[in-house]
Amino acid sequence: MKKLQFSKICKNFGSVVANDNISLSLGEGEILSLLGENGAGKTTLMNILFGHYISDKGFIEVEGQRLTPGSTRASLDAGIGMVHQHFTLADNLTVLENIILGTEPLSRLWSQKKQAYKKLKALSKRFGLLINPDAKVADLTVGEKQRVEIIKALYRDASILILDEPTSVLTPQETTQLFTVLKEMVNAGLSIMFISHKLNEILEISDRIIVLRHGKLVGEVDTKNASKESLAEMMVGHTVTRPAYEKLKIGKAVVELNNVCLNASEGSTALSNINLKIHEKEIIGLAGVAGNGQAGLASILQGLASPSSGEFKLFGESLIKYDPRYLTKSRVARIPEDRTNEGIIGEMEVWENFLGEELRSKAKSGFIIDKKQAVSSAEKLIQEYDIRCEGPFASTRLLSGGNIQKLILARSLSNNPRFIIANKPARGLDEGAISFVQQQIINAKTQGAGVLLISEDLDEIFELSDRITVIFDGKLQGPFDINTVNINQVGLMMSGEMKADSLYEA
Amino acid sequence: MMLTTSLWAAVIRIATPLIFATLGELICERAGVLNLGIEGIMTIGAMAGWIWVYQGGDLWGGIVFVAIVGMLFGFLHSIFAVYLGLSQHVSGIGITLLASSISYYAYTMLIPFSTTPPKIVPFSAFEVPLLSSIPIIGGAFFNQSALTYLAYILVIVTFYVLYKMPIGLTIRMAGENPVANEAQGINVLLIRTGAVMAGSALMAIGGAFLTMSAFDAFYFGMINGRGWICIALVIFASWKPGKAFLGAILFALFEALQVRAQLIGADVIPYQIFSMMPYFLSIVAMMLVARKAAYPKALLVPFRQGDRI
Amino acid sequence: MRLKTRRNAPVWLIAVLPILSIGVAFIFGAFFIIWAGESPITAYIALIKGSLGSTFAITESLARATPLIFTGLAAAVAFRAKFWNIGAEGQLYCGAMAATLVGTGVIDLPSPIMIPMLFIAGALAGCLILLLPVVLKTHMKVDEVVTTLLLNFVILLFVNMLLEGPWKDPMAMGWPQAARIIDNGVLPTIVAKSRLHFGIIIALLMSVVMWAIFRFTVWGYEIRAVGYNQQASTFYGISINKSILMVALFSGGLAGMAGVSEVAGLKGYLTLTLSPGFGYTGIAVAMLAQLHPIAVIVSAIFLASIYVGADAMSRSVDIPNYIADILVAISLLSVLVGAMLARYRIVWGK
Repeated sequence: MKKLQFSKICKNFGSVVANDNISLSLGEGEILSLLGENGAGKTTLMNILFGHYISDKGFIEVEGQRLTPGSTRASLDAGIGMVHQHFTLADNLTVLENIILGTEPLSRLWSQKKQAYKKLKALSKRFGLLINPDAKVADLTVGEKQRVEIIKALYRDASILILDEPTSVLTPQETTQLFTVLKEMVNAGLSIMFISHKLNEILEISDRIIVLRHGKLVGEVDTKNASKESLAEMMVGHTVTRPAYEKLKIGKAVVELNNVCLNASEGSTALSNINLKIHEKEIIGLAGVAGNGQAGLASILQGLASPSSGEFKLFGESLIKYDPRYLTKSRVARIPEDRTNEGIIGEMEVWENFLGEELRSKAKSGFIIDKKQAVSSAEKLIQEYDIRCEGPFASTRLLSGGNIQKLILARSLSNNPRFIIANKPARGLDEGAISFVQQQIINAKTQGAGVLLISEDLDEIFELSDRITVIFDGKLQGPFDINTVNINQVGLMMSGEMKADSLYEA
Repeated sequence: MMLTTSLWAAVIRIATPLIFATLGELICERAGVLNLGIEGIMTIGAMAGWIWVYQGGDLWGGIVFVAIVGMLFGFLHSIFAVYLGLSQHVSGIGITLLASSISYYAYTMLIPFSTTPPKIVPFSAFEVPLLSSIPIIGGAFFNQSALTYLAYILVIVTFYVLYKMPIGLTIRMAGENPVANEAQGINVLLIRTGAVMAGSALMAIGGAFLTMSAFDAFYFGMINGRGWICIALVIFASWKPGKAFLGAILFALFEALQVRAQLIGADVIPYQIFSMMPYFLSIVAMMLVARKAAYPKALLVPFRQGDRI
Repeated sequence: MRLKTRRNAPVWLIAVLPILSIGVAFIFGAFFIIWAGESPITAYIALIKGSLGSTFAITESLARATPLIFTGLAAAVAFRAKFWNIGAEGQLYCGAMAATLVGTGVIDLPSPIMIPMLFIAGALAGCLILLLPVVLKTHMKVDEVVTTLLLNFVILLFVNMLLEGPWKDPMAMGWPQAARIIDNGVLPTIVAKSRLHFGIIIALLMSVVMWAIFRFTVWGYEIRAVGYNQQASTFYGISINKSILMVALFSGGLAGMAGVSEVAGLKGYLTLTLSPGFGYTGIAVAMLAQLHPIAVIVSAIFLASIYVGADAMSRSVDIPNYIADILVAISLLSVLVGAMLARYRIVWGK
């Protein structure tokens, strides 16, 4: 009897088929990986497991017993625990409060915190997950927050643990630590489902791998029989080619940061003494764990924040005016981290979002919008970049993530920029879109642009960059020529455990 | 302007409706819902309680009636602002307009016009033995009507419920990260609706205090912006019940002093200047705390099920 | 229950929405009328007759609509930027005070100069008073809902003080009211033997101006952008503070003009009862018009008719005229729901 069994699960949303007749099982003490692109149906399946959706057909069994559909409570009671990709923690409350939420009946007149403390301490010790119950979640690092999420599930005596993209925010070392914890959990009798799109990790940690594509289950293999290539092919449906890397002769410096410092502000670490030169025809990759100052650096380069000290030289001139419109006019392309909330205004129409930073510079007499011109140029770009939408008057919020990113790229790259600041440009996109985005960046480099690529995906950085720099605690290490470092060293630098002195700078 | 017992007694009387209403709004906002219906709910609370007694009912029955009326309007606000996730600002303003206009409509309909508004017999003050012997403040804090004592108790109860009971944690979580609640199988919409209804009941009682305890008749415009002042007080109190109590007392102290100052300065300074003070004070209070205000993270953010798991 | 975004908001639905909302209000309002012991049919007929049943009634409705167009525009502009200006009532009185200051005899110029001057003075007064909440918001993050609301009370007390003190018209036989606006400042009547005055022309003009600003100019784009998404607006290089400031100028100015219109057109002098809540009703007007400047005109006329009709109705049937406020409040809540239904479809189940 399997620990967890999905039988012929079907789920449609209108005309979209999210899950198509999916049957899979999780064995006792097994680590099963669920692999698939964005939009493959993994999230929907988990939402059904967790009672947020009810499947149209099919059922789920836990240890042979039917699971009551549509009830999160029932799923929790059946021993299913979930560690979400986006943490479901409240910053202003303590770790203890976040963990005990929902574990006591609402009719109880007195919250039993003492017992909770005891149980937490025990769990913490057992699995090596160190936490401070009285700390405010806002003060925790990303790795610590994830530990809290895991303990949340264990506190509820979960026997089946689902982890949704757990390593996207971790350094390679933290990932190794996580895997140790997972193996410990398996020894303690848990069964684990590991959802990810990172092939290396899946191959490392799982016993079996299941691949979803377009809502269907397309592959089921034992890990020992799988390879990166075979998995990638199953995941995408055809052989995957990522854009080719080509080293070019670099030109003069487009961006020069000299001793730049930035004070800490809400949501971003302070920057100290940043020194960086980015040249024409090169891509510099910036690696780092989220929360180490990337946001601050990006905002300076995007013209959204001015440094508290130091110099930012753009195309040889010291920048005085930190203004997105000025930067755009000077042919700086800015690709923001949060494409839906920062890169576009969803409520406006597509042609209006194409105007973006150029609103005023393209206006007649400086204040009248030239709608005709704007709409026709929007139509051109929609065609050129193959943006799937119902035309320039469509509401931008209806576009898919990939198409939103295409819009942003079309907007920023179409006037031949000289410097591109790309902040996690391929995050959350499906393979086709990822290739497209990366190709656009490489094309821009070939045409002479200098690029700073910020990414959480070390593979991506290693594939595309000429040089790599690591940010930790607001300080930069490197840049190093890409051939002179390996992923492990970079990982150590990302967690601050390695100084650059042992490597030479490029 | 000495800080005498009689001054403090006046302070407490002024503070009581503010305590009720601020606690009420605090509960709504902790759950993540701004309730701009406060001014209207206080108005209808004042009218409904008074009418109940005027038509022959008893005082405590009136309070129960008022609480129910408050909850009804809270429920209405929840339908728009919580269940449908519509603009909390507009829904609240709509509720204030609706509740106020219904109050005036009902009163005009039920009470024939006369030059002097009719009166009822309100709650009377009584002393709490021992406590009322505390010098200066004892005679003020503990020689009040039953509603004021209820207000004191509610401050403690609200604190206890929010911080010591599981349901309070759930309410606070609904205001910070409601997705966390959903991940535990807790129905966020129900929690928010319940909180808004409970908070609205308190607001209504706050309004009823004016017609059933402090005064004995219902006047048009009697709430006079107190509801809005409580919105400011909630921010000033950092959404904490204890601070809400202190804030209400502090504000009432200034108000009591202002009233006395009017009598003294009547010839030199027009009384309207003094009357403006409470409103200016509220604005200043907000200025002082605005920058550091730790708003509940999910305040004003509508929750749609299955949004972001 | 889940909300699913409609791909295309049906245009007919948006146009018909305000009418449907008022219809819903009338249905619920009927219960209140029954409660008062009257027949809804009789009452509503009296209401419609009283607002549209004669030339005089129509001019009354239009005259009543005039300040509502101004305050409706004021609310619409502000709400587009999600700047919750609830202080139109106070800004209206500031405009009225400015008109009184300038127009009661201090200067005397020919009408074609005097009248625009009064409106400019009123608009300025309205802007200036809104500047305080704006600055508090942009520089100290103080929420504007409470500040604009509380200022209403302050301003009314101030007007009260002026009317009982230095501005008290000695010729008014003891009533607290200010001196009359001089002849050259008075807005001419545009329909003989009625109270409908030139103010409505200016109101209609302002509607068109605001519509043009939103449709064609960069300022309109920026204000809308700020209302939709502040983070993306900043990314686009739009100055949030400057946009909110612009909104305040327009919004406060329009509300101030409402005050001028009432003082120089309808009433002739400043009193405490100049505005029976026009500032607040303006919010309902704006919402019913779904923040569209031209639709504000229609919405204002509709709501004004309800008020005028309710006054007439309360004279023939024994129903308190507060029924009008009840109807308006229900309309406001209905249109809120309706606007959502236009954009989303409700999908039941999980």
